[in-house]
Order: sequence, then C-alpha cells, then structure tokens
Amino acid sequence: MAGLLDPTHWLALDVALTVVVAWLSVAVLGLFALRRLGWVAKVLFPAGGAIALLLFAVALVALFSAPQTAVLPLGLPGLPFHLRLDPLAAFFLMVIGAASAGVSAFAAGYFRKGEGTPPGLLCLEYHLFIASMTMVVLADDAYTFMVMWETMALSSFFLVIANHRIAEIRQAGYLYLLVAHVGAIGILLCFGVLQANTGDYTFANMRAQRLTPFWGSVAFLLALFGFGAKAGILPLHVWLPEAHPAAPSPVSALMSGVMLKTAIYGLLRVGFDLLHVQLWWWGVLLLALGLASAVFGVVFAAVQVDMKRLLAYSSIENIGLVFAGIGLAVLFSAYGMKPMSALALTAALYHVAGHAFFKSLLFVGTGSVLHATGQRSLGKLGGLIRYMPWVAWLTLLGTLTSAGLPPLAGFVSEWLLLQSFLFTPGLPSSFLNMLIPVVAALIALVAALSGYTMVKFFGVIFLGQPREENLVHSHPAGTWERVGMAWLAAGCVALGLLPVQFIQAIDPVTRQLVAAGLGSTVAASGWLLVPVDIERASYGPVVFLLGLAASFALAFALVRRLYHGRLRRASPWDCGYPWQTARMQDTAEGFGQPIRQIFEPFFRMQRELPSPFDREPRYRVVVGDHFWDWLYRPVADLVERMSRWIGQLQQGRIAVYLLYSFLTLVGVLIVVKR
Amino acid sequence: MSVLGSLSQLLEIVVALLLAPLLVGWVNQWRAWLQNKSAPGVLQPYRVLHKLFNKESVLAQHASPLFRSAPYIVFSCMLLASAIIPTLSTDLPLAPAADAIALVGLFALARVFISLAAMDVGTAFGTMGARREMLIGFLAEPALLMVLFSASLIPKSTSLATIVETLAHRELAIYPSLAFAGVAFTMISLAENARVPVDNPATHLELTMIHEALILEYSGRHLALLEWAASLKLFAYSCLGLALFLPWGVAEAHAPLELVLALPVLILKLALAGLLLAEKETANAKMRIFRVPEFLGTAFLLAVIGVLVHILLGA
Repeated sequence: MAGLLDPTHWLALDVALTVVVAWLSVAVLGLFALRRLGWVAKVLFPAGGAIALLLFAVALVALFSAPQTAVLPLGLPGLPFHLRLDPLAAFFLMVIGAASAGVSAFAAGYFRKGEGTPPGLLCLEYHLFIASMTMVVLADDAYTFMVMWETMALSSFFLVIANHRIAEIRQAGYLYLLVAHVGAIGILLCFGVLQANTGDYTFANMRAQRLTPFWGSVAFLLALFGFGAKAGILPLHVWLPEAHPAAPSPVSALMSGVMLKTAIYGLLRVGFDLLHVQLWWWGVLLLALGLASAVFGVVFAAVQVDMKRLLAYSSIENIGLVFAGIGLAVLFSAYGMKPMSALALTAALYHVAGHAFFKSLLFVGTGSVLHATGQRSLGKLGGLIRYMPWVAWLTLLGTLTSAGLPPLAGFVSEWLLLQSFLFTPGLPSSFLNMLIPVVAALIALVAALSGYTMVKFFGVIFLGQPREENLVHSHPAGTWERVGMAWLAAGCVALGLLPVQFIQAIDPVTRQLVAAGLGSTVAASGWLLVPVDIERASYGPVVFLLGLAASFALAFALVRRLYHGRLRRASPWDCGYPWQTARMQDTAEGFGQPIRQIFEPFFRMQRELPSPFDREPRYRVVVGDHFWDWLYRPVADLVERMSRWIGQLQQGRIAVYLLYSFLTLVGVLIVVKR
Repeated sequence: MSVLGSLSQLLEIVVALLLAPLLVGWVNQWRAWLQNKSAPGVLQPYRVLHKLFNKESVLAQHASPLFRSAPYIVFSCMLLASAIIPTLSTDLPLAPAADAIALVGLFALARVFISLAAMDVGTAFGTMGARREMLIGFLAEPALLMVLFSASLIPKSTSLATIVETLAHRELAIYPSLAFAGVAFTMISLAENARVPVDNPATHLELTMIHEALILEYSGRHLALLEWAASLKLFAYSCLGLALFLPWGVAEAHAPLELVLALPVLILKLALAGLLLAEKETANAKMRIFRVPEFLGTAFLLAVIGVLVHILLGA
C-alpha cells in the first residue's frame, strides 16, 4: 500500500477498502442518530448510495487491471486479513456497487417511523451488510472469508427481523439463520479440504495445491452444499421464500439482487479458481440442480398470491438458470472446450448482473406498493398504474426484463445461454449430447413460464380496477424512491442495449477462470452481438429497438395523417354485461389456476371445497411445498427424537450427575493410562 | 448493406403489409366455400380495416396509456417479425439484428403487451383472455423455439437467412428431424394464430374465445391495428413455415434476378397454405380449453423429439 497519502497513486484495492471504511462510518453514524429518521434518510442513506457508486466505478477500473493484493494487520495475531482484487472479484464488486447504489437511494425514501427496528439501527445493519458483502468478495484467505460471510449472514438476519413483533417474521428469520449456518459448515469444511493438510488457509496456497480427483470432488460437493444453501438451490431453498419477503423491501432487494450473488461468487471462486481442474460430472450435477431449481422456482412463482413471495420464488428460478450456465461452463471446461466454456460462463455472469438490477427493481417496486397500500396480497391490489404511474412504468421495465423479452437485459443472457446449448453437440460423450435438447427445452419452458408469472405480477398489481376501495387513495412514491428505481431500470435497459460493451468488460473474468473470452470476437462486429461467427448467430438490440421504434412512429404518424385521432371515453363494454364489479377480474389465484392444474404434482395442495348446503360457502386452497414433507420434517423429527433421547441423561438428581462424573473420570484415566 | 439488400428489405415489408390481409381474406373465403356458405370477397379484410380506421376510438374511462400504446407495439412487433423472416430474399440488412431466438422473443413481447393491455381495463373477459393467451403462450413459445432449433442444428446457425440458404441447397429427401418439427410447427401455428382447434376466429361466444376476448375493449383505429397485426402474424407464421419446410424459391444475395421470381412463388405457396388452413379449420372442431395444454404439450414433445432425432441420426 505504497503512497497511501497520495491519492493519485492509489490502487483500486485501496479505493475499495476506503469504500468499506466509509460504509462502516456511515453505519456507526447511524448509531448516533438512532431515532432521528430525517437525519438517517436525508443524509446517511444517500451518502451510502454515493459510496456505492464509487465502488461501482472503481470495480469497472479494476476489471481491466492486474490482480492486486494487500495484507491488513487486523484480526487475530498471526492471522492477518489477506485481500485480493482480481477481475472475478471486480465483477462482483461492480454488481454489488451498482445494485446497492439504487437500493440505497430508494431506501432513503423508504423507511418510516414506527416500523419495528429504529431507523438508526437499520442504517447500521444495512451498511454493515453491504460492507461485509464487499469484504467477502475481496477476501483472499479462508479466515477473512468466513468472518465476513458470517457478518453478512448475521447483519442480514437482523435486517430480516426488522419487524420482529410479528411472529412469522421471527420464524422466517430463525429459519434463515439456521440454513445459513448449516451452509457455512459446508463452506468451512470445503476450505479445510482445499488447504490439503498444509495448515495454510490463504487462497494462494489453495490455488497451488493439486488435489486428487477424489478430494477435489469432496471439496466441490462441500462448496456446492454451502454456497447452494446461500443461493437457495433445490432442496435447500425453503428459507428463501420465507426470509426474503419478511425483510423490509430494500433489504429484500439487496438479499435477492446482491446477496445471492455472493454465493455464485463463492462457487466460481472455488470451482474455477481454487480447484485446478474440473470434472465433467460436476457440470452435470450443477446443470441438473440448476434446472430443477429453475423449473421449481418458476412454477411456484406462478401460483403465489403474495407479491414478495412471488419474487422470491422467481429468484430461485433465476439462480437456477445461473447455476445451469455455470454447469455448462464446467462441462465444457472439463472437456477442454475453452471458447464454449467462456460463452456459457458469459451467459451466467450476464444473468448475474441482469438479475441484480431487475430483481432489486421489482422488490423495491413492491416496497412502494406496500407503503402506498399497506397490502402485500395480490388479491387486494389492482389499478395502481393510475395512482402511482412512476412506480408502475419503472416496474414494467423490470417485469419485461424478468420475463426475458428483447431488447432488455434478461433476453441477452437467455439468448447467450441458449446459444451455448445449441452448439453443444460436439461433446465427446454421446450421452451428454442427447441430454442437451432436453435441457434447452427446459430452459425455453422456464423462460416462457417466467413471462406468464410476470404478466400476472404486473397485471394484477398495476392494471385493471382497484380490487379494494381504499386503493383509490394510494399515494405515488417520493423522489428518492423514484431516483433509486430509475437507476435500477436504467441498468436493465443499458445491459439490454449494450451487450457488446458489457461482454468486453467481463472478458477479463472469463479469461481468468477458463482462459478464454468472447471479448475479441464480440469487439470485431461493432454493434451486433456475435458470440462466435456472424453466419452462426447474431443479435443487435439497438437495431432491434430502432426497428420497433421506427415502425411504432410510422404507424402512429400514418394513422393520424391518413385518418384521424378522434377519441371518446366511455365505460368499458365487456360484452354488454351490466353490473360488472372490480371483484370479477381475475385474482392472483385465478390467474395462476392453469399452472396449478397443469403442474399439479409439483404442489402439496390442501383444498377445501364448499358443499351445496353451506350457508357461507368458502373455497380455500393452500399450495405448499413437498420438500417440507420429504426432507425437512423428517430431519427435524429426527433431531428432536435424538435430543429427547440425549435429554434422558438429564435426570435432575445429584447422585446421577456424580455417577456421570465418576464414569467420565474412569474413562479418562483408562485413556491416559494406555 | 448493399442497395439490392435494402431494396429487398423494403419490398419484404411492403409485401407483408399488403399481402397479410389478403391472406386472411383468402382463408376466410375458402373456409366459407368449404362450409357451403356464401363467401365474402377476398378483399373484405381491407374494407374492414378501412372502416375501422375511419371510426372514432372508444376508450374505457380508466384505460391507461399502456392500453392505448399496446396496439402500436403489437403492430410494430409483427411488422418487424415479417421483416426479418426471409420470405422473398435471404439478403436482408435487418436480419442480423434478430435471429431465430430473437424472433420468438419478438412474438413473446407482442403477446405480453396484448395480455397486459387486456388486463388494463379490468373486465372479467379481458383478464380471462389474458390468462388463456399466456397459457397458450407458455406452451407454444418453447415448442416454437425447439422447432427452430431442430432446423438450426442443420447449418449450426440460428440466423434465419443461413438456415434457409442451407436448407434450400440440400438434396431433396425427407429429413426425420424436420418431419417431427413440421408437425409440431403446424400445431403451434394453429394455436398461436387463434385458429381451430384451439380458438375460433369466427366466434364471439364469450366463454370460448381467446384472441377475441383480448381485444374486446378495443375499437376504431386501435382495433384496426390489432386486426392488421393479427393478419401479419398469420402471414409471418406462414412465411416462417414455408421458409423452414419449403425453402425453395427464396432469392439469395448472389442471385438478384431471383427476387423477381420470388414474389409469384411466395404467393403461390401462401395460396396453397391458406387453402390447407381453410380445409383444416373446416374439418376439425374446436377443443375444450382444458385440452389445449395436452395439444400443445404434444407439439412441444414432438419438437423436442425432432431435435433429439437430429442428434441421434445426424439428419
């Protein structure tokens, strides 16, 4: 860290550390303004957002620089913090910075008085959370990584239970904490395997080790378990649809949009960087788990009736797609097909960045809706586009991105992913080649289903007539909320329209991980996105958008010029049926009904049908998750039975305890004697 | 971007805009004849469009700007789709901007907007139409993608121009993967264009309609644009089918004279396709909406089998 006093000589890593320190200072300042909402909202959160922008900028620079390392004399004696900023870390710092800038701006206008945790404390937890995520990405030894990983889990746990007076939120928080820690054990053991009995826990040492395929696989599986639990991959997903909706909306946005990405980061770090080779079946496993999560997530999202739960399930879907992309990259890499591996990895990273923007945008959008209406249930919303147009139109952009529609960000990653599948034939194993069409078909199905889900999400909340009377008084979002949403929406559009520039930016990342990149191929063809060869495939989002805009303008102008622009407002026609009320629109249940019917085996459904003689007929259906019955309840029962069994030791009589002490003493003596 | 390329691009757009209503008129005429009815003239769709454009638009009181802009967006999507499908020539300057996957995305974009617009007014039929349209969409869209994949595996390219050029120059034989894909494509096109057996373009019976329910609240110029867009969609799907399964007669970059010949060939092919569609619609009955997922699921499966067969047999 030479030239610390001269800012012109600062390295990107120094700036990144300054960002962390700045965030921590903002966090501590929050403690001094514990109940002063105005101070926290007007100064601290915007400051946090500005710092995030700085992180975004410095990460962009760091993408193209050589890896930088530093050793901080913090922590335990003899165990300093090793830090390293390489392209992989820079990419994830960029995602963290860009998404949290928007979310912080939104949060400045979001938090209100009298909602559980005092604002100053929220500010502390919030900034600690983003600072720890940054440090997770910067960590270069297992010790720092685990400390920061746990800080991240704990600070987000406290954020989840911000409204701790509600019992369900406390439950969700507990479940989240439990899964986070079970996952952390996996990661810890994984690092234990990776250091290969050298006792040196720096990543540099792990990189130098050459593990046998067996131990490599053990390390990989442990990492998959640990990071999969954080990412919400099947079957470790159950906490996600509980915890993400329970948190305040900006926190949900950070957890879904950014924190899940740290798990992706961890998987990439271990799978591609710390382990020196990849085995083909790792890829197949990742692919299978990713696709199962994607299908499961989107099908469940389509039947949800709570808007934040819907988004949480959609996050499972998106993370599943990212896992599928990584799986394909591992598969190609294992067979030495570097350019194809780079293509698949680019698709996965693109989706990581896109998802950070659009899922944060959608979550903060639901936050505005929640504040304006006090409702999370889709069945009690509707027609909000007329009362909060800003939120509605910006959310529409996020919705279209999430549905994977051109020319926005979601489509580019989907397009790249499908391209990499399409060129798969050529793998040396014919079995794998035959799997590919099935996999591509599933991805296409997931993309189409997410369109269904997103139409339901947007249509039921913002379109139609208000389903409740009080919705007429919904107030539009404030300026800070709009600024935050606009930034995130701009990200969705920019990623959609500038794939060439963005792929060039992530070229160093794929070069670092799989020693190949798309940067030079992509750069050669200007505004068209050409991943391999212009004869094979190309996509030009700007031309695409211009084409659409031109025909829109032409149609508009011609219709007005040749004919007229006369317009009359009247009540809706609706086939001439009178007495139609807002209650007759599809509810969320109604809109999801076809999915519930087609994918019935996916759900654990409890139905209560009314009988013809009921005075007050009620129809009730509860859609649940089979995994609770198949996996979690048996494990929980087992733990409970075992603890009851062990609990028998506890007799409450002093004589019995003395006997225990005596037996232990005898046992120890025998051991010592030998 | 050559002059000839720009010319053929322009020609394609104009031909699509002008021929699309004619194709609908042709199908309607033949269907009426086959059903022993007296038929409207083949130019009837143009008259309807002209009439609708002249009428004033009646808008629901609380309709949002989304509702008003949706017809233009849907129309633009369909126009762009017809512009990038190689109907007359494979030398199209716009084609590199959107390949087969982007084409499917374009159809999806139009579908999402029309469904959102249908939900905007907030009537029972509108939301019902939106739900059913999305139901058809989420099954038909991946199936269409798989059909395009089985075609694109042959030249190892998703660029529509390359696919058509490669397919047109292969020796004449029955390719099993394309046979599966062809059957699947036919089923998907029937569903996507709101045709019997999935939907009935002639019905206005509230409980059975899909496409008509979506556009129920539209009138005047907005309805005209949506009707035109629907005919453009039928045109685009027909041309896509012809380009994939009967690719002969499409002009290429190095043979500009073929462009003169391409138009009559296209009209001939479209006339035959329209005839077949009218026959199919007369011979079949509409199925219950609950059977539609099975119908489209079959199409999806056939399309996947098409790709699998290609990988297994290499053809």
